[in-house]
Amino acid sequence: MSVFKDAGHLFRFAGLFVLAFILFLVIRHFVVPKSFGQYGHYRAASIGEIAAHQVKYAGHETCETCHAEVFDVKKDGKHAHVNCEACHGALAKHADDPGAMTPTKPDTAVICARCHTASAAKPKGFPQVVPADHSTGLPCETCHQPHNPGMDAAAPKAPVKAAGGAK
Amino acid sequence: MTGVEGYMYPNEITLYWSVLIVLYPFITGLVAGAFILASLERVFNVAAVKPTYRLALLTALSFLLVAPLPLVLHLGHPFRSPEMYFTPHATSAMAMFGYVYMWYLMAVLVFEIWLDYRREIVFLSQSTQGLLGIVYKIMTLGSTNISERALHIDERVGWVVTLVGIPSAFMLHGYVGFIFGSIKANPWWSSPLMPVVFIFSAMVSGIAGVMLLYMGLTKLRKQTIDMRCVDSIAMYLFYIFIIDFSLEMLDLVHRIYEADESFRSLDFMVHTKLYFSQIVIQICLGTILPLVLLFLTQVVKLPEIARKRIYAISGCLALIGIFAMRWNVVIGGQLFSKSFLGYTTYKMALVTKEGLFMAIALTLLPLLFLWVLIKLLPPWPETSEHAPAIGD
Ligand code: HEC
Ligand code: HEC
Ligand code: HEC
Ligand code: HEC
Repeated sequence: MSVFKDAGHLFRFAGLFVLAFILFLVIRHFVVPKSFGQYGHYRAASIGEIAAHQVKYAGHETCETCHAEVFDVKKDGKHAHVNCEACHGALAKHADDPGAMTPTKPDTAVICARCHTASAAKPKGFPQVVPADHSTGLPCETCHQPHNPGMDAAAPKAPVKAAGGAK
Repeated sequence: MTGVEGYMYPNEITLYWSVLIVLYPFITGLVAGAFILASLERVFNVAAVKPTYRLALLTALSFLLVAPLPLVLHLGHPFRSPEMYFTPHATSAMAMFGYVYMWYLMAVLVFEIWLDYRREIVFLSQSTQGLLGIVYKIMTLGSTNISERALHIDERVGWVVTLVGIPSAFMLHGYVGFIFGSIKANPWWSSPLMPVVFIFSAMVSGIAGVMLLYMGLTKLRKQTIDMRCVDSIAMYLFYIFIIDFSLEMLDLVHRIYEADESFRSLDFMVHTKLYFSQIVIQICLGTILPLVLLFLTQVVKLPEIARKRIYAISGCLALIGIFAMRWNVVIGGQLFSKSFLGYTTYKMALVTKEGLFMAIALTLLPLLFLWVLIKLLPPWPETSEHAPAIGD
């Protein structure tokens, strides 16, 4: 009996652990979402919540139905496979109802540099420039037509094109 | 792109594991090493190191309290960290480590310190007034039983706790090596020797750390350093350092002999970007020099003052060397490209969340904790001013 008496303080310490563990279970009961672990190591209810998010991107086919003139310019240039919304941002709202929201003009200093800033990590063949040196501060669209950025492709609008078009 | 040579994959250009991730294994290493030094006295009955027993435990505790901070700062979202406990993820080594940490903190360190100090805590709770007295009263858990039998039971239980603590300490630090060693995509890390090397380097740093703390604090308290104690600590430091060094060299030789497809790239890195931190700091200055110095103290009969200086110098060098080892593992493993065709650079920030100043602050914080713990639970033998109060 006296063993228990002299080890009493150990039981107190153990009791502290048990108490902490119970506290842990109680907190856990309240903070862990009910659907956690139903399918895997995540909250099952999040699937529904994510599915309920509104679609933000319309996709380029949708844009092309109304903006055929842009599509015609774009399809011949190197940006043919760059999605409209890669530059213009998510525009599902606009595509649903053009009157509801007029897209703002993209800032070329930001969007062009995002893809074309020179980096050792990009494949050698990808066209890349050091924007500050290359454009000397001018907006990219002064010289490049965003929808068809190649120098000779932009020329149709320029009077000198006739000569260039020969090749 | 600044600092990139050759070809890097885009996700390799920036280093994500910063100096704080270097600090983290360094700190847990100190914890594990300090604890193993304490266990020498307890389990292996090395009486000579007794003066450092309690100091080693308090050191381990104060560093362990700081150990998760670098990770929390690195990851951000501190309020999410309890989720690791609430929703345990059994196949994630990083997630399970939360439990190893908690186990080691509460069931090993706090319990052992409490058992060892119980007698003092009871005395202090009776002799101290005010807020501090209440703190001590809480620490007694309401039991003032310090009869001979009770203390004897404490002694036995403490022995068992230490025994359990040794594998726990190995697990605590082996885990850190395991995390690196099991990343098979990274040839600089992926090695089954990694956990073992981490454990032995942890012991080196922990033993050196406690030795320095003991010498420094004794000097500060204007007491005489127990040379028998420091001599045997230095001896253990020397032996474990030799094992640690041999293991690291074994790893190196194995890599050189195996010379797999990553070898040329890694070899180039060690000769260029890592030359200073690996060859100069880690191996020459941080390992070979202290080993030679410690070797001298083992074979030549040196006067006390010379031994003290040599211990202090080699202790500091060992800590620097182990820190450099962590640096070379963590930072080195991110400097080269998996394409083996390119290298990037790590530029340490200064005042950011993961910068140099934060790293320095996190290194000093455990010392502050230690200072508080020493005030609260003096680790010194009963020669201090408490002696008469305890004697009766
Ligand atoms: C239902 C037809 C329709 C669809 C689909 C549509 N748009 Fe439009 N868009 C319009 C109309 C009409 C305007 C002119 C609205 C105005 O000026 O207020 C316009 C204007 C714009 C403008 C601004 C033009 C300017 O002069 O400033 C941009 C940019 C634009 N659309 C891009 C897109 C993109 C990208 C998509 C695909 C996600 C898209 N649109 C889909 C009809 C459409
Ligand atoms: C490479 C980036 C990029 C892509 C891809 C792109 N645009 Fe544009 N778009 C721009 C920029 C930049 C402007 C602004 C041009 C200016 O201010 O001169 C613009 C302007 C427009 C305008 C305003 C009228 C005009 O022609 O200047 C419309 C409409 C438009 N884009 C629709 C589209 C549609 C539809 C697509 C997909 C078929 C598309 N864009 C793809 C960058 C892009
Ligand atoms: C002053 C006119 C001018 C401006 C402004 C300008 N460019 Fe250019 N850019 C050119 C010309 C001309 C070429 C063709 C040069 C050549 O083929 O060597 C070119 C070529 C390029 C190329 C292809 C490089 C290659 O290696 O094929 C890219 C990419 C490019 N520009 C991006 C930009 C971006 C991004 C901006 C805005 C930051 C910009 N440019 C602004 C004139 C300009
Ligand atoms: C979403 C990424 C992206 C953005 C944003 C983008 N581009 Fe491009 N750009 C490309 C791709 C892809 C190519 C085609 C590369 C190839 O030839 O393989 C290209 C090609 C080019 C070329 C070379 C054309 C040629 O004929 O050689 C130029 C010039 C260029 N882009 C300019 C721009 C300018 C100016 C902007 C800003 C209005 C811009 N790009 C924005 C992806 C982008």
